Amino acid sequence: MKAIDKKLWRELWGMRMQALAIALVIVGGVSIFVMSLSTLDSLYETRESYYRNHHFAQVFASLKRAPLALIERIREIPGVDKVETRVVAYVNLDVAGFDDPVSGHLLSLPDNSPGLLNRIYLRKGRLFEPGRDNEVLLSEEFARAHGLQAGDTLGATINGRRKTLTVAGLALSPEYIYQIAPGAMFPDYQRYGVLWMARKPLATAYDMDGAFNDVTLTLSKGSSPQDIIDRLDELLKPYGGIGAYARKDQLSNRFLSEELKQQKTIATVFPVIFLGVAAFLLNVVISRLISLQREQIATLKAFGYSNFAVGLHYTKLVLMIVGFGVLGGVGAGIWMGKGMSNIYMGFYSLPFMIYVLKPQVIAAAALITMAVAVLGTLYAVRSAAMLPPAQAMRPEQPAVYRATIVERLGLQRWFSQPTRMILRHIERRPVKSLLTTLGIAMACGVMMIGGFQEGAIDHMVEVQYGMSQREDLIANFTEPTSLRALYSLRSLQGVEHVEGVRNVPARLQFEHRFYRTSVQGIQAEGTLMRLLDTELNDIDLPPEGVVLTDYLAELLHIQPGDMLTIEVLEGHRPTVQVPVVGTAREYLGVNAYMQREALNRLLKEGNAITGALLKVDARYQREVYAELKDMPRIAGVVEQKSAIRAFYDTLAETILFFTFITTLLGATIAFGVVYNSMRIALSERNRELASLRVLGFERAEVAYILLGELALLTLVAIPLGMLIGYGLCGYLAFRFDTDLYRIPLVLGMNVYAFAALVVIVSAIISAIMIWRNLAHLDMVAVLKSKE
Amino acid sequence: MFHVHGVTKVYQMGEVQVHALRGVDLDLYRSEFTVLLGASGSGKSTLLNILGGLDTPTDGHVYYGERDLTRASEAELTRYRRYHVGFVFQFYNLIPSLTARENVAVVTEIAKAPMQPAEALQLVGLDERMDHFPAQLSGGEQQRVAIARAIAKNPDVLLCDEPTGALDSETGIVVLEALQRVNRELGTTTVVITHNAGIADMADRVIRLADGRISQVHVNQTKLAPGELSW
Repeated sequence: MKAIDKKLWRELWGMRMQALAIALVIVGGVSIFVMSLSTLDSLYETRESYYRNHHFAQVFASLKRAPLALIERIREIPGVDKVETRVVAYVNLDVAGFDDPVSGHLLSLPDNSPGLLNRIYLRKGRLFEPGRDNEVLLSEEFARAHGLQAGDTLGATINGRRKTLTVAGLALSPEYIYQIAPGAMFPDYQRYGVLWMARKPLATAYDMDGAFNDVTLTLSKGSSPQDIIDRLDELLKPYGGIGAYARKDQLSNRFLSEELKQQKTIATVFPVIFLGVAAFLLNVVISRLISLQREQIATLKAFGYSNFAVGLHYTKLVLMIVGFGVLGGVGAGIWMGKGMSNIYMGFYSLPFMIYVLKPQVIAAAALITMAVAVLGTLYAVRSAAMLPPAQAMRPEQPAVYRATIVERLGLQRWFSQPTRMILRHIERRPVKSLLTTLGIAMACGVMMIGGFQEGAIDHMVEVQYGMSQREDLIANFTEPTSLRALYSLRSLQGVEHVEGVRNVPARLQFEHRFYRTSVQGIQAEGTLMRLLDTELNDIDLPPEGVVLTDYLAELLHIQPGDMLTIEVLEGHRPTVQVPVVGTAREYLGVNAYMQREALNRLLKEGNAITGALLKVDARYQREVYAELKDMPRIAGVVEQKSAIRAFYDTLAETILFFTFITTLLGATIAFGVVYNSMRIALSERNRELASLRVLGFERAEVAYILLGELALLTLVAIPLGMLIGYGLCGYLAFRFDTDLYRIPLVLGMNVYAFAALVVIVSAIISAIMIWRNLAHLDMVAVLKSKE
Repeated sequence: MFHVHGVTKVYQMGEVQVHALRGVDLDLYRSEFTVLLGASGSGKSTLLNILGGLDTPTDGHVYYGERDLTRASEAELTRYRRYHVGFVFQFYNLIPSLTARENVAVVTEIAKAPMQPAEALQLVGLDERMDHFPAQLSGGEQQRVAIARAIAKNPDVLLCDEPTGALDSETGIVVLEALQRVNRELGTTTVVITHNAGIADMADRVIRLADGRISQVHVNQTKLAPGELSW
């Protein structure tokens, strides 16, 4: 080993504590980077693999009833690969010991097989045994929510008849990764479940022998889903088809895609901030490290080493430290990534998880970190190596300072000498001071993200369910019914108010843009369903024309006054032109609203309704629900409030965890930036501060000079951080916007206060540690040393 | 003014014990200009540090007037340095972010009955360059700012550690002239440590140290002006 390389190892060993501190910063940045991105890649890969292995369909269609023979004609559509027909029913369920309304989807499985498409993954128990007509498989989440096991029973109202079902096993399905009731916004595993039943008994119960009411298909490579959807719609039209849709519009897949998109945003924002801060600290610490080696660099040069050789020497030193950090960071990142992936596996009902670590991720983390470190090193080495050796060996000239702007404005008589020292020190290193401030501000901003989610969701729910949708229960009829049906509902004891609604699935089109949703005909001047404008004031729905959710209007690029084309996907399927008369602020879902009478006229039908909104006295809610369940014409009852409550329960944990992570992250960044900046300032100004101690300054007076700077930068950083936080939250809210939901940018005072508090506490902790370091200023050494 | 009795200082340097001072007895008198002379390692800096309250002896006592510095607490030593001692260092130790005037003010602001910073700078002949920052001053000028800073609080004693050590002879003389003027005009007790025997001729009394002991004390009958010193 060459002597200069021995020097490298010995010095590395000599500064092992400092090297360790630097390496830890890198471990933090790199591990979060690797964790976030590998978890995301794993989720995408796992979903792909799950879909592929379990033959998740690519086109879905529901209809009223068609003979099985139609399957041949579907197969003949060019581009269709596999076709599977099913019987699907929406049923009310009875779980012993649980009084709230429970509904579920009952899907047929080909006798004794996991199916051709959308194959289930049998988690526990077994498939149905021939002849046992009352056996079902339950979705695992639903079974877990009620503590149901194989062998247990539950009640169901199947086509108006009560039946007792026996659980044969528990299953997962690619079709229900995100298990959510139609029309609901949040998963509620207690009140909505998915069940599979053998085809024969289910078909018999619904009069579907030799027929089907649901079909799914896969496509051969290279065929376009839209062409096939058009052909399929044509084929199913006479059989009451309500419009086929592609995999991208399938509910579970759509929610999952949106969630993954959010994950992606978070997985980019956080590591970028963290790696950025780590890079900044690295650069500062390494430049300082090298400038302390000034004399050694001069000596090496005096011996005849070239600038290049000296640069290479220190680059090696830094790369060794960074190398350890990157290795540790990748290791920790993989470990955390695997842990996170497993958490997600449970969260999304995935049967397995494939951990994916792309080489690009590791390469990117290593390259970014090393590039930053080497740049910092070379810059510092260059300024040290530029000096002629003899000059470099003499003590450094006093740093150049000047009076600050405030002082030049004539305000200096207000400042004591120590205060001037603070101001001039900040102004002499504007870039460094700015970066420190920015680092602390970032910490403050990151912390606001945690609080923002909570406040935003509160606001969302308050607007949607407190101001807009004010019913207690929604009853949906099996098919369009006369308005007179409301009389019988109103007569139930405990029902205070009833309003009828007419919903019809439709394809909305403006110019070349279209969107599939439902048109909701709501009662004019009703009180249970109100539309709100951007200021959250009630909108009076005009007797003619349609009001769109503001986000839908944006999607279609349509404005009030334009004519919207509505293609009804039910009954005679009329296509009509309706003027847009306004937009409504809604955070959940996208819809089109009309007065019910206007919609009835458009559909050329009488006073038909498809559902009823009920306001119920809380004391009678159970009874009302029980009676509704017994009415044969009512397909299902939805109770939003318990769904919200359940959602809040799961959310509370998630948010608590998320807030914990962001707080930890924010505090780490704040502490890392503040403590490291002060530590470096202390070593740079060690001599100056020790001189003041010699001159008779007390520890507190010396601390003021150092910590006053920290306090000033922190105070500037907090408002800046709040701006950054607002911007980050705004960015996230914007990126999270989807047709499923929009997250409003609502930031309460508590969010700002909490972020500021954490930053201040982190700064105080750093200050306490620096205060202790100040006790060890070596006053004797400072008199002899020349820096 | 100072009464040093049997002072011993032992440093533990790794596994070796270094005896910096081995039983020093010494008295310093008011308004006296004393030079502590000795080779490097003779213990002169250690003695100065103990006199200035920067270090405590392993054994023995140092009385400043009636006060025993060896028994003083950390806070008492800080107050002692703050109100009674002026320091001049070999490497000036100016605050780079403060101008010459402010470097003096940083001390006068915490002193009890200081002179005006401008007055102190005038004494060392720097009235023209008061608003310059250290980076804009030559080595000799920086050292004169350090002297002005040390005397501005009207200290009882001025302790100078190799004040000309980093300067050429011409600049060194200007600095010594400043020190002599302060001693003469303000009557400040002054202790200068140096390894430069030439400087000894301007002192009232010369104390030689060797191997941690006082080897010789010499009283100058005729003092030379700094300009007459043979460097």
